[in-house]
Amino acid sequence: MSKQITIIGSGIAGMEAAAKFSEMGYSVILIEKENKMGGHVSKWHNVFPDYKPAKEIISKLKSTLTKNIKVFYETEIENVVALDGKYYLQLSNSQNIESEVVLITTGFELFNASKKEEYGFGIYENVITSANLEEKFNSGRPIKTSRDATPKRVAFIHCVGSRDEKAGNKYCSKVCCANAVKLAIETKQLLPDAEIYSFYMDLRMFDRYFEDLYFEAQSKYGIRFIRGRLSEACENPDGTIILKAEDTLSGKPLKMTVDMAVLMVGFTSSVKTIDLAAKFGISVDNDKFIKPLDNHLNLNITNQPGIFVAGACTGPKSIAETLADARSAAIQVINYLQSN
Amino acid sequence: MLKEAKKAIWKNYQKEIANDNYFYVRSCVRQNFFPGAEATFLKILKEELNKDIFEEPSHTTCTGIGYHGDLVPFDTTMTVIARQFALMTECGYENIVPSCVTSFGLYSEVLETWEHYPEQLEKTREYLKKATGREFNIPKNLAHASDIIYKFRDEIAAKAKYKLINAITGEPLKVVEHIGCHYSKMFPHKGVGGAEYPYVLVGMVESWGGEVIDYPERRHCCGFGFRQYLVQANRGFSISSSKKKFDSMEPYKPDMIITNCPGCPMFLDKWQYAIAELEGKTYGSDGMGIPVFTFEEVAGLVLGYDPWDIGLQVHQVAVEPLLDKMGIEYDPSKKYLGINGKNLGKPEMPNVLKTCC
Amino acid sequence: MSKPNWGYKVQTDNQIDFDKNSRGLMLQILNIEPTFGNCIACGSCAGTCSAGNFTNFSLQRLNVQISRGETAKVASEIEKCMLCGKCTLVCPRGINTRNVIMAIKRVVQN
Repeated sequence: MSKQITIIGSGIAGMEAAAKFSEMGYSVILIEKENKMGGHVSKWHNVFPDYKPAKEIISKLKSTLTKNIKVFYETEIENVVALDGKYYLQLSNSQNIESEVVLITTGFELFNASKKEEYGFGIYENVITSANLEEKFNSGRPIKTSRDATPKRVAFIHCVGSRDEKAGNKYCSKVCCANAVKLAIETKQLLPDAEIYSFYMDLRMFDRYFEDLYFEAQSKYGIRFIRGRLSEACENPDGTIILKAEDTLSGKPLKMTVDMAVLMVGFTSSVKTIDLAAKFGISVDNDKFIKPLDNHLNLNITNQPGIFVAGACTGPKSIAETLADARSAAIQVINYLQSN
Repeated sequence: MLKEAKKAIWKNYQKEIANDNYFYVRSCVRQNFFPGAEATFLKILKEELNKDIFEEPSHTTCTGIGYHGDLVPFDTTMTVIARQFALMTECGYENIVPSCVTSFGLYSEVLETWEHYPEQLEKTREYLKKATGREFNIPKNLAHASDIIYKFRDEIAAKAKYKLINAITGEPLKVVEHIGCHYSKMFPHKGVGGAEYPYVLVGMVESWGGEVIDYPERRHCCGFGFRQYLVQANRGFSISSSKKKFDSMEPYKPDMIITNCPGCPMFLDKWQYAIAELEGKTYGSDGMGIPVFTFEEVAGLVLGYDPWDIGLQVHQVAVEPLLDKMGIEYDPSKKYLGINGKNLGKPEMPNVLKTCC
Repeated sequence: MSKPNWGYKVQTDNQIDFDKNSRGLMLQILNIEPTFGNCIACGSCAGTCSAGNFTNFSLQRLNVQISRGETAKVASEIEKCMLCGKCTLVCPRGINTRNVIMAIKRVVQN
């Protein structure tokens, strides 16, 4: 078959879909804005619930990609023209491609934690994000504070930039709770003498094995959970961070000094995705993620025929869900091509 | 602490501050407890900066104390504020400059209400017309007096005779900056620098050579709150708030505190005396407390005005150690002498807080 | 010289100062009954508690207070438990609440 499928975004959703298309004999053009594939997952360390190394997922996905797949790195879409059932895409590398179908798998951006001014990210050195922590784990170096000390107390702050009207994102980012518990366990494994705390509003341990992770965190690793959203973070002269939250379970405000505070930053729709949606004429909902045509029966079809979506560009998803969504999109695309 | 991120936040919260032709409205607390402060502000604007700043003799309180103390209903407040605007309009001004931070917050609140609920504006116009026969325009610019000094801080720095530097060691003075709650906590975009890291006083301190301290209870209210201290039994609430701040800033060894609200320096100054008497605890070096200033007073000191003309003799916590630190020349014997050398009388000495006579 | 009486006093902070509080009691109880650490403060125990009908005893609240080091009232509160066993029946985390209560009594009475 000579029909060509264009996929925008080569994170795990794009890679999985590309592999499926190529299995079925289609040729694929994969457009990627960075200089390598793998999206956000390529930056993670170990993923929940079973601590599988993220690198393993990426390399398995890469190994399924064949020669039918052509990747344009550091390339973006400049312009889109729809004509007679085909899409003409003008790329930033001055090339033009023509495609009957386009699959958008542009993913997400992490919430910019400096928008939560009261948490002092970017101002207080010992306030870091979950992404920073994954980076530290990947580096293999021992975990140290900004003053090169071994942390005795680490706090994980849930719901940063999610479920937050002031931050502009009312939705729940879903996976950060499970991720936080996993990171807490990993931190305790690296720093066995440290006290690890989690400041949460609700614990969304929604998927299989997540509740086990929570139980293990408490029973085996002694991680303590404090139900209270962080109100403010301040800094002591020695660089340690003072956290203030309401201990809602005992009904009193609580103050705690920690050596390091890790902000669990949530998903936001990427600015470029919103821009791309406008170029293709597909709808974006109030939460700024792309709006598929149906919330139950079809999460991969948009209001534009021939334009399909998969992965986190339609909302927060775990890795397993993203891959399943990518496969589902692949079937929709192939059905569309075969029926036309 | 990384300053760059703070600067990025400050950029998001810039506001329009009028350049000239100001209609000044005074503060109930500031003119009664720190009379020299407002006089200093007017002198700086008229003589140093050559600005046109005018105050109408029949202007009144904005009713902030009453409104926040649950004594004055909002309709009355809106009408009284409308009268202030009417006086401003009649005198031909468009830029209103309140001296008090609570006034600033209240004027902002009223203007916001009128913007979102135009029927309230119409109602107020009607009330004012019936009560006084006056009519008013909405001011084009509302800026607090500290915003004005902030805007011209570099001009003041250029004329400065002294800097916020320890004259003996050459080190910048460590300054705690305390912003009145109503300046930016209600409407973060109406304050220079926003609510989390306000810049209006930081900008002044940095321009005049000092170093700002960020201490954990920086955001905490000083406890003024009107409804707390109006009733004697509730004052425990107020004094405890100030004490929380002092305990938090103590390890940083600040040389002075600068504020922009009129109530805050009154509290931060006088509560140091009360805490000393009640708990036996003093702050600052040698048990003399940490001197508290308003921004006008600091601007006046930096420009070389006589400390007794600025009105520093009414401060509870002795300011002389700081004046000596800055190398300011002053005559201690003239502290309690008024105009024409009239003896104003000395206050009683406190029991615990050490002070200069 | 005596302290003045002005009709008000400096108030003590209501805030739980986690750094100053001691979690010694919590650690002792964890030592005796390790499942104590699995509590998620869901309140099932307190909701079914016999003593909770007539007093303001709440095992859920007590557990939270102990883990925060707020131990001032533990000794007097724990006396209210009737040892009826209803809490152990309902705990979704499988905590041996009976042993937790006995552990608290043992530790605070020494």
